[in-house]
Amino acid sequence: MSHTTILDTGSRAPKSQQSLSVPRSGSDEAIGGTVTASINGQDVKVPLGTTILAAAQKVGIRIPTLCHHPDLCVAGVCRVCVVEVEGQRTLQAACAFPITSPIKVLTHTQKVRQTRRHVIDLLLSEHYGECYACGRNNNCELQSLAKEYGVDFFRFGHPDKPKFEIDRSSYSVIRDNDKCVLCRRCVRTCIDLQEVGTIEVAGRSDKSYITTFKDKPLGEVVCINCGQCINRCPTGALRANDPTDEVWAAIDDPRKHVVIQTAPSPRAAIGECFGLPPGEPLTFELNTALRLCGFDRIFDTNFTADLTIIEEGTELILRLYKALVAKDPDIALPQFTSCSPGWVKYLEHFYAQYIPNLSSAKSPQQMFGAVIKTYYAEKHGIDPKDIVTVALMPCSAKKFECNRSEMDDSGFKDVDYGLTTRELAKMISEAGLELPKLPKSDFDAPFGTATGSGVIFGATGGVMEAALRTVIELVTGAKVENLFEKANIIPVRGFEGVKYVELPITQVGPVPDILKHLVPDWEWLKGATLKVAVAHGTANARKVMEDIKAGGKFSQCHFIEFMGCPGGCIGGGGQPIPTSPEIRSARAKAIYAEDAGYEVRKSHENPDVVTIYKEFLTDGPCGHKSHKLLHTRYVARGKYIE
Amino acid sequence: MLMTARERLAREIKALAEKHGHARAALIPIVQEIKHKYRKVDDFAMQVIADQLGIHPVEVYSVVSFYAFLGSQASGKFIIRLCRTISCDMQGKERVMRQMENDLGIKFGETTSDGKFSLEWANCMGMCDQGPAMLVNEKIYTHVTPEKVHEILEECRRSFGVHATEQKEVYLV
Repeated sequence: MSHTTILDTGSRAPKSQQSLSVPRSGSDEAIGGTVTASINGQDVKVPLGTTILAAAQKVGIRIPTLCHHPDLCVAGVCRVCVVEVEGQRTLQAACAFPITSPIKVLTHTQKVRQTRRHVIDLLLSEHYGECYACGRNNNCELQSLAKEYGVDFFRFGHPDKPKFEIDRSSYSVIRDNDKCVLCRRCVRTCIDLQEVGTIEVAGRSDKSYITTFKDKPLGEVVCINCGQCINRCPTGALRANDPTDEVWAAIDDPRKHVVIQTAPSPRAAIGECFGLPPGEPLTFELNTALRLCGFDRIFDTNFTADLTIIEEGTELILRLYKALVAKDPDIALPQFTSCSPGWVKYLEHFYAQYIPNLSSAKSPQQMFGAVIKTYYAEKHGIDPKDIVTVALMPCSAKKFECNRSEMDDSGFKDVDYGLTTRELAKMISEAGLELPKLPKSDFDAPFGTATGSGVIFGATGGVMEAALRTVIELVTGAKVENLFEKANIIPVRGFEGVKYVELPITQVGPVPDILKHLVPDWEWLKGATLKVAVAHGTANARKVMEDIKAGGKFSQCHFIEFMGCPGGCIGGGGQPIPTSPEIRSARAKAIYAEDAGYEVRKSHENPDVVTIYKEFLTDGPCGHKSHKLLHTRYVARGKYIE
Repeated sequence: MLMTARERLAREIKALAEKHGHARAALIPIVQEIKHKYRKVDDFAMQVIADQLGIHPVEVYSVVSFYAFLGSQASGKFIIRLCRTISCDMQGKERVMRQMENDLGIKFGETTSDGKFSLEWANCMGMCDQGPAMLVNEKIYTHVTPEKVHEILEECRRSFGVHATEQKEVYLV
């Protein structure tokens, strides 16, 4: 077994801005490697090229920032972080000043404080809107800055009417430029971090504003709805399309049977909305809260995550069988995962010629919708037209996904509303519930049993790990635990941009009953090496796709997991704000801890999954019925905008 | 086979990208040449340019909208830009402006109905010692007086006649 990672290279930012820290040579003590800076009289030794901001952090001095974000390259546009540097004529932006020689910095002198105050006053003079009528009230960086610097009147005035129209054209993201402070975080997110390139600054000077290509509505341009811009917006200029009013209306309607499915990532993060540190899952407290809110049934998305693994895994085996045994040249390999709607739309826009490679299996959210409005409705004698399915997702792209025209295989709209973590937290607060203090309660039958495999879908590498656990067992007949300690497939875990793993298949077992009608034996796989890869964030996905285009090593892979957001679902566009690498890794830890706590940790061992194939999807995985309900098709969108 | 205007434009942009290179740095020279030839950089051209340089269309739009000369919507055959900054103002740009608006029957920011002239404001052209200064397409005129305006416009009209009789190109593959 071997695994390698690709270093992150290539960025829009000029070389001078890309990474302000010079490559570290192991220890800070290396010759020429460090420099001493004096910050407010405190000496601090830092690696050459460290910014004043980072050096100050090291000695516990907090410099306020607005345009700076740990995930993004330096911009230095907001000037909130200005400091006095001895020998410099003007104040310098701490976030963009690399320390290359011993310097003396003063971070909170009268001059600095007054300048910052004026900067904030100037930002407010163009910031239309009232805080109490804003979704980011109490979680707004501009608001906190104003409070921190004691803004008690509008020195340079305050706009009394809006200058821009709110763009509500997208199913997922709403743009309100009147609240924008032009920090360009969304631009850097969209272009550098995600490499989608939906929004940029247009115009010049005081007439500049953030916009899409040719000022077209967001719904009409190339946008993958990943919502990463929402997570990084310091104000309320970007927000998700909020359906909570409709969900409340459905709950209050006695004729409607409102079913909610909760995904693992929001459960690992929702505590942050209630003041808990990141990484404390509230899965079972959340069940109680949802019941108290008035949802009729609470199901675990993990159930369909397991179902996805069975369907997607079977599809992979079928593709491999057709390609290797039947030598069918039309079979598209590698197979790509299709659970991330952001990634799916990215592929449809930028690499439409690879749509055949995309697994036709729906995402767990959409499978659940289809299963609830057919199997569940039938089993419990409820008219599917009275069922409202709500999905709690960490994702803004899921709002787009549930509105895709293909997603009506149950005869109805499979999933009616997608809620983000933030929106559900708001509903829970509205219901007067204090989530962390609620008692625990379980999911409802019949989709209450989940496995650890479903839980780890939330982190990058999770789908791959879950799929490998199942595929290995089905093919080799041996326990995964014999190959990997505690069934933890560590090589596919972690936050490296792209992971590549090779798994030699040395032994094969008998074909399990569930697949008997599809393949006669496993002999054709004996001695083969399964090559898989994992990429998260569309920028990394792009690297892999370009490699495949060029016929590189990833084109030899059999199965590749792609996630639209950095870190996977735990870093999704619907998750609590703020986000940072530390927060995402804390959430991932919570998810892996939850997985380790499950008794059943492999999708094919989930008893509910076994039941549904016995009772409902009787022609087996990838059979006729499952094709109708659990699989979908894609649209080649292309990247040209008319 | 006759080419569509789009195919011709795309081919032209590809040739420009070959000439200037496929790096980001080639963006402005390419946009300038397209702007010079077609007097506008339309949606399609921006997307082809982005494609050729491996960047996003919105980045091209961002650059085009940043530079007044690239993003201007003026569509006249002759785009007249009069300097409005302080030295030209003190040397009588106001009178030149009035003369021009009277002669052409349009206001600044507009184009004549025959599509010949567009009037636009510009900021400093570096001719502060010889104001008022004025640009007609790429040609600069200094010490402009209301009397000279008539001459300049006539000159434009005469040269336009030459263009009008030029043989129409037929694009064949």
